[in-house]
Amino acid sequence: MNEALLRSLTPSVLGILVRRGADFAAAEDAVQDALVEAVRVWPDDEPRDPKGWLVTVAWRKFLDATRSEAARRRREDLVDEEPPPGPATSVDDTLQLYFLCAHPSLTPSSAVALTLRAVGGLTTRQIAQAYLVPEATMAQRISRAKRTVSGARLDRAGDVATVLRVLYLVFNEGYSGDVDLAAEAIRLTRQLAAAIDHPEVAGLLALMLLHHARRASRTTPDGVLVPLAEQDRSRWHTASIAEGIGILQAALARDRLGEFQAQAAIAALHADAPTAAETDWVQIVEWYDELARLTDSPVVRLNRAVAVGEADGPRAGLTALKDLDATVPRHAAVAAYLHERDGDLTTAARLYAEAAHQASNLAERDHLTRRAARLNARR
Amino acid sequence: MAKYLLLKHYRGAPESVNHVPMEKWTQEEITAHVQYMNDFAARLEETGEYVDSQALAPGGTFVRYDGEGRPPVTDGPFAETKDLIAGWMVIDVDSYERALALAGELSAAPGAGGRPIHEWLELRPFLGESPTVTE
Repeated sequence: MNEALLRSLTPSVLGILVRRGADFAAAEDAVQDALVEAVRVWPDDEPRDPKGWLVTVAWRKFLDATRSEAARRRREDLVDEEPPPGPATSVDDTLQLYFLCAHPSLTPSSAVALTLRAVGGLTTRQIAQAYLVPEATMAQRISRAKRTVSGARLDRAGDVATVLRVLYLVFNEGYSGDVDLAAEAIRLTRQLAAAIDHPEVAGLLALMLLHHARRASRTTPDGVLVPLAEQDRSRWHTASIAEGIGILQAALARDRLGEFQAQAAIAALHADAPTAAETDWVQIVEWYDELARLTDSPVVRLNRAVAVGEADGPRAGLTALKDLDATVPRHAAVAAYLHERDGDLTTAARLYAEAAHQASNLAERDHLTRRAARLNARR
Repeated sequence: MAKYLLLKHYRGAPESVNHVPMEKWTQEEITAHVQYMNDFAARLEETGEYVDSQALAPGGTFVRYDGEGRPPVTDGPFAETKDLIAGWMVIDVDSYERALALAGELSAAPGAGGRPIHEWLELRPFLGESPTVTE
């Protein structure tokens, strides 16, 4: 029984049912039933066209389920519309699932859960484990999300930007348990990039590949954070970096810049530098200027201040920081770093301690606490 | 998505508006209170925001290591200055605002006279796993 094959076929089978007019929630149930059937039947009798088999069985399950007095008319209409039998080859059936799962009426967490389930083919249990919530909680979240999008019509293309945001959310969740959400996000973004020709999709894929390439060096085996400048660059995954840069260059050549391409460009400049000291900070500042123009986000301007600090010295960085609201997350951490480089260790230690207080995860808090402790010991 | 801990205190939190100890409530008032809490949890389960909830016994003890080969030191139960946790609920929500709204709702559980207790709940974010992108 090939579980990976089943998982890879699930979204397109679901997409075909939805395109044929099945309601999303009912289609999802029908596909799950068909998968159960496949697990039972295939070991003895594997079909020649697995996808065609799944579509046929799922469609039959769907019709069975809707065969009630109230749904009779609708079912008859659907049977009339049923396409002729034959191999199911349409490639972009999955595409509309992406739009459906990222529907604006869903909360971010529901959109993420539904995407992992419907497009990624993960089980409810796997998603619940990845997010450390009880399976019943995740099941409810998914079924509510299904109900919410159930009436949604898909007669026109959704907003790609929303889909990209959901995929980026999945990527940023990192991983826990047996599901690697970062790898899963890359897999889904690859699928999306194959189905849709859009420079920002390419930009996001490049960004994920470039970040993911540095993953092994980002923490020590016992979970201590390693800053970019101190990372062992020989452990970066060069094939992913090369792939990311290739995808990014092709996207940039199309001259339709967006925020993911700009972020990927910054990641590429980091990944390309043989040592931290050889990083092209001047160009990175220029990309941050582009990003600030595209998004006007305070987080971007905070990161820009770091880059300015590297390109033009810590005083220039601190000046750039002055224009920013101090409540932006990680503001204190950046200020601490710039003061440390400027030689003001007392202020730096105080700010590191403050930043540790505000950190939203353990690895970051421990890292900042260590920095504060190190400076306090030196004074 | 972020997890938050809602802490209910026996002691240590500021006094609630409708401050009458539970042992002075009527049976019906207690039933109504428990029902409210259960309904609240059930509703969160349905929205996919429920993670866990537990009640704790009031009798806590402070314990500490007292050196190799010696039994741990305890300060005995019911020390006057202790902050006592009555129980908790863990929720997994989209935003801090949503967490605040839910905490407010939980604080409105009925108490003496069937009126909301207006008790102070402590709302604490969980420190999560390090996200993938931190550089």
